[in-house]
Amino acid sequence: MADHQPCGDDGASGVDCNETLATLYTYLDGELTDEKRRAITAHLDKCSYCGDAAHFEAELRAIVADCAKARVPESLLTRIRDTLADEARSA
Amino acid sequence: MADPTRFEEDALVFADALFGAAIRMTGNQADAEDLLQETYLKAYRAYDRFQAGTNLRAWLFRILTNTYISSYRSRQRGPQFTDVDDVEDLYLYKRLTASGMSRSAEDAALERLTAPEVLAALDALPEQFRIAVLLSDVEQFSYQEIAEITDVPIGTVMSRIHRGRKALQKTLEPYAADQGLVPSTRDAKEG
Repeated sequence: MADHQPCGDDGASGVDCNETLATLYTYLDGELTDEKRRAITAHLDKCSYCGDAAHFEAELRAIVADCAKARVPESLLTRIRDTLADEARSA
Repeated sequence: MADPTRFEEDALVFADALFGAAIRMTGNQADAEDLLQETYLKAYRAYDRFQAGTNLRAWLFRILTNTYISSYRSRQRGPQFTDVDDVEDLYLYKRLTASGMSRSAEDAALERLTAPEVLAALDALPEQFRIAVLLSDVEQFSYQEIAEITDVPIGTVMSRIHRGRKALQKTLEPYAADQGLVPSTRDAKEG
């Protein structure tokens, strides 16, 4: 799609596509200053390429998190409780 | 010695999260179970020294990570992705949008990813990257917390997370190529 590329506009928000894309991980990690975060958010709202990139990265991260979730087996919980009880008794 | 019941109430709520990380660290269920058990025993023994009101979840992850590194890391794993430096930022998104294919290639790629593909890509990450990505993307720890858990400076944490995500995306690319969402590397070389 012709419009699916960096917009090239540095706009009033003060950040351009290059800076937005380079900062995207830190932005999504919630580790930017308020001022920088607001500037990036403003850019993402008006640039569909960067906005879609943010959406893609956030979605991919959510998928990774979902896939890596695990449930501890009940038998292991029992084993851990027994180990702790033994340890408390022997202390 | 801490009251075991009180310790269990406080600490076992994090067992699922710790176990999930233990599986991705060790690469197998049996070692993950031993690692988790050892982690809880060490945490219990040290619980008197844990400062109430500070971050118990991060403290437990720190013990888990240290225990893994000292006792489990030497066990061999499968092939790992190591050549990260040539991979550009936001690799997969850029490949999907540069492929000249449909606008919705990104959404399609995400929809079609399967858990075995994602987990294989995670497991192929070099250990330091894998742990950093797990702590960030799965457990949502802050850079500062990850720095404390893994005992490295924040700059190193950021670099590991960043490189880990790039490597993960590079590893996932063949799956997108199989779906026809990006040109396969072989086609690119032939063309």
